[in-house]
Amino acid sequence: MSPVEFLHDLLNPDLAFLPKALLVAVMSSVVCGVVGCYVVLRGMAFIGDAVAHAVFPGLAVAFAVSGNLILGGTVAGVLTAVLVAVFSQNRRLREDSVIGVFFVAAFALGIVVISRAPGYAGSLQQFLFGSITGIPDEDLLTVAVTGVVVLGLVFLLHKEFVAVTLDREMARATGLRVFWLDVVLYVLVTLAVVISVQTIGNILVLALLVTPAATARLLTDRLGVMMLLAPVVGGLCALVGLYVSWSWDFPTGGTIVLVLTAVFLTAWVLAPRHGLLARGLVRRRVPAVW
Amino acid sequence: MSALRVTGLTVDLGGRRVLTDVDLVVDKGEFVGLVGPNGAGKTTLLRAVMGLLRPSGGEFSVDGEPLRRGRAGLGYVPQRHEFAWDFPISVQDVVMTGRTGHLGLFRGPRADDWRAVARALDRVRMGELRTRPVGELSGGQRQRVLLARALALRPSVLLLDEPFTGLDMPTQELLSDLLLELAGAGHAVLTTTHDLAGALHTCDRLVLLNRTVVGAGAPAELRDERLWMDTFGVSERSPLLKILKAG
Repeated sequence: MSPVEFLHDLLNPDLAFLPKALLVAVMSSVVCGVVGCYVVLRGMAFIGDAVAHAVFPGLAVAFAVSGNLILGGTVAGVLTAVLVAVFSQNRRLREDSVIGVFFVAAFALGIVVISRAPGYAGSLQQFLFGSITGIPDEDLLTVAVTGVVVLGLVFLLHKEFVAVTLDREMARATGLRVFWLDVVLYVLVTLAVVISVQTIGNILVLALLVTPAATARLLTDRLGVMMLLAPVVGGLCALVGLYVSWSWDFPTGGTIVLVLTAVFLTAWVLAPRHGLLARGLVRRRVPAVW
Repeated sequence: MSALRVTGLTVDLGGRRVLTDVDLVVDKGEFVGLVGPNGAGKTTLLRAVMGLLRPSGGEFSVDGEPLRRGRAGLGYVPQRHEFAWDFPISVQDVVMTGRTGHLGLFRGPRADDWRAVARALDRVRMGELRTRPVGELSGGQRQRVLLARALALRPSVLLLDEPFTGLDMPTQELLSDLLLELAGAGHAVLTTTHDLAGALHTCDRLVLLNRTVVGAGAPAELRDERLWMDTFGVSERSPLLKILKAG
């Protein structure tokens, strides 16, 4: 299918779900791209994965009682994140073990809950792997508003997040509330995940958080540039991924992730200063001693 | 006047007493070395002063005033490995993070803040590299960035944790000249170090620490070998004592 035909389908009133899916996919990719920069720079990809799985029981409960999916997912994700933060205070267990315990438990709870709901098999598949059909109109608004709130908070708390990421001890010494900043960041990651689950699915959403930001990191040494580049990469890949999946009838979530991965690999080889080729061709600048 | 005064500091960590009844004074313009074996509690002492752990007892004052939250009068330079050097950020933005807590929520830096950052960078002679990504810096440059970050709030007291470790000899020398210069400009400087020869040579005063203060004074007043044997738990045959005699 040519891009022009894709455009025709987008404008076809009989295929009204398609532009909605595109909008939600692009918006959530942009939000995930920005938030993902912190995830990548703090090395918290595992926490991102945990939160992504942890929202599942919330979605399942909301689905079973026909409630608001975004609200349900957020509550479950935040609850798990706080549990992890609290249980990590115990010095005998490292944080990654605590995360390992809770996120699988949350996921297991979700599976049990959703098995009790009618239409079990179809809805499970939809949650895990995403779906472009059946996005209600009000979700479009919810995703947009949530996205704006997330980006706004990132903008307002950016310098605090940077300080905590650079040097936790120093941030604490200069009077920043490190614990609460962590909680806010987890909540932002949770929200970014929740608005993305619809189109890309629970399991694949990690790619939206990590891959665009990791790609942007390969391309620049400036944080500001990275935080602009990541959402652009995410948004474009969502667009291309949806186009490819629509043309060849591939699953949407999986296709978007594969497009992202292809872009990441390209950057890894071709990046101007840190890429495989650049490193092979030019010797690194040696810094002066003092 | 004493810029930093620590009185009766006692710290317990995980049910174990790490520091007992530590008294310590650093005067304005003084360069003081804190020495002791591994596990003596040097870093713990600095972290307690910075408010990073809750002591079981003791009091601190800076310039005669009890400490407030945010520790505005104190500049802290942690060990270099505590910092995320792979973060994509420029030298001057790192130094600005020293003022982040002071700026307050939802407020960006203003002209006055950028002036303070520029001054701090000039003090450590890193002004020319201010836009360089920190990942590209050498060990000595990294140490100076952390020092500039500590200076960004114009503190009266500077606390440094092992600033010389991992630097080559010429860089160590330049760094200790820089610290002397800062002390000369009126800062009270307290630094932990493993380089005893350097400390004996450079510092105005030394504090020998092993769970408590074993001895303190100008290097010339610390000739008693017993003090050093007690602090470091070594015998009279230790090469450490030869360094002392040579100094």
